[in-house]
Amino acid sequence: MTVTATDLLLEATGVSKTYGAVVALRSASLAVRPGEVHALMGANGAGKSTFVKILTGAVHPDGGTIAVRGRQRIAHSPAEARRGGVVSVYQEPSLIPDLDIRSNLRLTETPVDRFTAWLRELDHADLDLSSQARRLPLATLRIIDLARALAIEPDVLLLDEMTAALPANLTERVLEVIAGIRGGDRSVIFISHRLIEIAAVCDRATVLREGETVGVVDVTAGSEERIVELMLGQAAHDLPARADVSAGSRAAGTPRISARGLASESRLRDVSFDLYPGEVLGVVALEGQGQDELFDILAGSRRPRGGELLVDGTPTSFHHPADAIRAGLVYVPADRAEALLMQRSVRENIALPFSARLRGWGPINLGEERRRVDRGITTLQIDTRAAGEVRRLSGGNQQKVTIARWVAGGVRTMLCFDPTRGIDIGTKQQIYLLLRELAAAGSAVLLYTSELKEIQQACDRAIVIFGGRVVAEIDAAVADEPTLLRAAYDLRPGAPMPETVAAEALTEAGDPSPGSPA
Amino acid sequence: MTAVSRGRSGVSAADLRRLFRDRPIIPLVALLAGLVVLSEIARPGIVSPEWAGVILRTAVPLAILAGCQTLTMLTAGIDLSVGAVASMTGFLVATLVGNVGLGPAIAIALAAAALAGVVTGVGVGIFRVHPLIMTLGMSLVVLGLANVWQLQMVQTGAGVPAEFRTLGSGTQVGVVPNSLLVFVPLAILILVGLRRTGFGRLLYALGDNPVAARLAGARGWQVLIVLYVISALLAAVAGFLISGLTNTASVTLADSYVLPSVAAAVIGGTSILGGRGGYGGTIVGALILTVVTSLLSSLGYPEAVRQILFGAIIVLVAAAYTRVTGEG
Amino acid sequence: MTAAAAARRSSAGDFIAGWAQRNAWTLSLIGFFVLLLLFTRMIQPSYGVTGVQGLAISVLPLALAAVAQAIVVISGGIDLSIGSMMALTSVVSATLMKDQSGEFGVIVVLAVLGLGLVLGAVNGALVVLTRVPDIVVTLAMSFVWAGCALLVLRTPGGGSADWLRELILGSIGNEWIPRAAVALVVVVAVIWLPLRRSVLGLSLYAIGSDRLAAFRSGIPVGRTKIAAYTITGLFSALAGLSLTASTGIGTPVPGPYTLQSVAAVVLGGVSLAGGRGGVFGPLVAVVILQLIRTDMTFLKVNTNFATVAQGIILVGVVMVGSLIQIRRSRS
Repeated sequence: MTVTATDLLLEATGVSKTYGAVVALRSASLAVRPGEVHALMGANGAGKSTFVKILTGAVHPDGGTIAVRGRQRIAHSPAEARRGGVVSVYQEPSLIPDLDIRSNLRLTETPVDRFTAWLRELDHADLDLSSQARRLPLATLRIIDLARALAIEPDVLLLDEMTAALPANLTERVLEVIAGIRGGDRSVIFISHRLIEIAAVCDRATVLREGETVGVVDVTAGSEERIVELMLGQAAHDLPARADVSAGSRAAGTPRISARGLASESRLRDVSFDLYPGEVLGVVALEGQGQDELFDILAGSRRPRGGELLVDGTPTSFHHPADAIRAGLVYVPADRAEALLMQRSVRENIALPFSARLRGWGPINLGEERRRVDRGITTLQIDTRAAGEVRRLSGGNQQKVTIARWVAGGVRTMLCFDPTRGIDIGTKQQIYLLLRELAAAGSAVLLYTSELKEIQQACDRAIVIFGGRVVAEIDAAVADEPTLLRAAYDLRPGAPMPETVAAEALTEAGDPSPGSPA
Repeated sequence: MTAVSRGRSGVSAADLRRLFRDRPIIPLVALLAGLVVLSEIARPGIVSPEWAGVILRTAVPLAILAGCQTLTMLTAGIDLSVGAVASMTGFLVATLVGNVGLGPAIAIALAAAALAGVVTGVGVGIFRVHPLIMTLGMSLVVLGLANVWQLQMVQTGAGVPAEFRTLGSGTQVGVVPNSLLVFVPLAILILVGLRRTGFGRLLYALGDNPVAARLAGARGWQVLIVLYVISALLAAVAGFLISGLTNTASVTLADSYVLPSVAAAVIGGTSILGGRGGYGGTIVGALILTVVTSLLSSLGYPEAVRQILFGAIIVLVAAAYTRVTGEG
Repeated sequence: MTAAAAARRSSAGDFIAGWAQRNAWTLSLIGFFVLLLLFTRMIQPSYGVTGVQGLAISVLPLALAAVAQAIVVISGGIDLSIGSMMALTSVVSATLMKDQSGEFGVIVVLAVLGLGLVLGAVNGALVVLTRVPDIVVTLAMSFVWAGCALLVLRTPGGGSADWLRELILGSIGNEWIPRAAVALVVVVAVIWLPLRRSVLGLSLYAIGSDRLAAFRSGIPVGRTKIAAYTITGLFSALAGLSLTASTGIGTPVPGPYTLQSVAAVVLGGVSLAGGRGGVFGPLVAVVILQLIRTDMTFLKVNTNFATVAQGIILVGVVMVGSLIQIRRSRS
């Protein structure tokens, strides 16, 4: 089947975007035919979200062309994109929280009768249009977002992880509605981490990897494997395998952390594991499976709703990050903007924990501080040429500062949440080497990483979380990327996905929508 | 990627930019020097040791109150209650000194200020009331109570103690203002405290990124309560000096200082969004405002021109900071 | 609009309940105001027509200033130059109207309203273009506008057209309905109600409520912000005119209106974070604060306790508000 360019509803070619030194998109292309539901796939950090922002006018690309119905146009704002026929439902609700639904519709020039018609289609006929967006549950907001986008009748409807916050019955309904659009004059670009949804509604899938389009796949039975392969690429080959881990180093004795059935209000359901001194334990999960909440609980910035946390064998509960730090649990978040004082110097950033406690309020012993800071700087080989303001450091150096802060004071247990997100390969290697050294020196490290190939490099073993539960524990020796990714999607080789697990995974807790299981 | 060759004067502009960003005190001092030179040109012979003494004497209370703003603005706060607190303490001492003597009167005034600071700090730190609102409300409370006190005291009368007059408006050898005796140690304490104590570091940390400060184990409310107490005590000291400088005790004495104190901190390079700035710049900022006032009045310009110029300077300087730091 | 109409018809009861829920704070303020009036009448049986008229005239400038502040705070900003804009517009109107005919006075009023729009637009443009925080820009502009006021008129003076004075003096129809109150309600209703229902009005709420969502909804955020400041300028000019009308002269030194307007806005249920509240809550709050002051005089309480009470009420209301919010975010 040949399709000429003019037959395409939307065609993007060679789209690129860099943020400072970080290349978010190298050369992304996408060709959407009229009447199809087209999946846009890619592992974390492949450039999907940047691509979406460019298509919807929220971000201006550095290069490339975008044509809708053969007309070249690059939108400069979401309003412009909307007039050009591209409307998006974003990952998070984009209704104005303090306005009622009717006003929100007016702002986006949405026809109300078509909107209510779509609401009926989506099982929300009884929604009161004068209710304030802020007062509605998340799932309802997602449905409103979708109905609004549908009512505008765009040429291209872009759904970015729209089903992530929906309970199972609504997800089904949404998928039916999307399937209903198929075959007409309009198209849908569909983004989801759930392969079963892709299989259910999509005609074709475009796969992004490292900011580039690496393939387009016709979605048929069994094409999931092909998609996963494309997402992985040559993965395992770009990094040398880690030097041998002393396999027996996984010490016995009291675990530093024992989690027993930890649960949060939202996504975390039931997570148990033990973290021993001298090991690096990996955590593998797709986005939004509860890993954020797990790390928040361990770091003391969120209280669990259920379960028990033991530190060094003693039941513990943290009310403040300071409690976790006192118990020896230090936290390195993925978002460096969360951990760093961007306008302050490297020295101040590394020394921050020393000032934090009441007894650190007094005069600073500059000599001692310099020694500690220098130790952190040399351990992590931080480039201090731009040390005056941390925000002028490269991403990799910034991340080293957040780690150095804790290393400078001696680490018992380190919680690393995706510490290598968006940083260069050399720094990644350094960070993993450091984590190994820490483990070798008797520290315990819990490491969540979105880059699966790094599990084998840095970890001794890994637990896999899906739908808020630990679904697998895999030894590093066999934790190659395909194995991990399949486990992360809860795909078991040979076995069809059990219906119950899938349904449960789709159900969002604490989000009672009419008819959903409580 | 098209505008690589933008800006032919790139090097010097970039250098200037970096200078402004990293050492804002240098261009500020240059501005101050320029204003002094301008004063001399406009009114030959005006710049003299005596003139400098008058400028300093006038600038000291403003600089202290601007210190309150600097410290609170570093945490992304603001203290609009300094005017009311300063007036209140000056007034308290003036009315009490006759009955209880100077030392106890000062102690009572400082205690009253500290109490106001504790309440403000609890509101901002624990109840998370916006500092603008909290300090605004606190200034109403303090002003009202001071007024009540005034009515109680109307029969006894008030007199600014001679010691305050000497301290606030007296000079040594006709040049060096006595108020420097108070100001210099205070300024050193603030400057060193901000750079060389854990508490100072935490002020920057809270203003730059409260989430990061929390993740590093800092409990923000403790810092904020202490901060607002310090701010109120500084305001109290400024109140003593102002009452001595003007030889008046009134419950609205220092009100006119509030907005200029914010202005001095902003001009001095302290970001109202928190996390950046210092007291050195603020002192220069207070001096700049004082010199501008003096220059304009010596030229016979009306108050109106001074105000307009004040406003223009604040907008221009703040816009310049925003440009070079790329914040906002 | 058919669906909207249907929804409205569907249940008038629900609609009223929803409206009451959304305006709960304003309604309870009004309830409190009525109780306070009864209380006033109780402690001072002679409180009557003159009292109500005096109340209406004395709150007028601050009430309009509070409306001005409410609009910019709703859109996520704050304007510390309202008092100065009031002073400037007041002296301009007083200077131009002195010894002039009533007809000329009409032109002056229109011109001064235009001036208010310009002042506000300058504030807004500076906020948007310099990207300096609102509070700093408007603080600086408060000096500029106050300076301009002093340039226009060094000392209090000027005059007011007679019709302008009569617009707010005395009563209309029933002697219990002061003209000042009618003028206030009419002015606010004529400008604010249509605005609130317009797309611009919704956009004001939108940029204050959630900038990112507003941007994604296609709202021109910068232009809307300038519009908010412009409307605030207009209401500041109205407040300035009311100063001229009520005193008969123009005073170049800004009154305490800026900070009091911030207090009134917060008490009136407008969130300083933006996006929430309206202009009627602040209006009622202004009246209540003034009435408390009056009552304290009647009760022979030192009036200065009224200032204390105002401060405590301001802080107390905000504290309770943020406590509720903290509690809600925890649960």
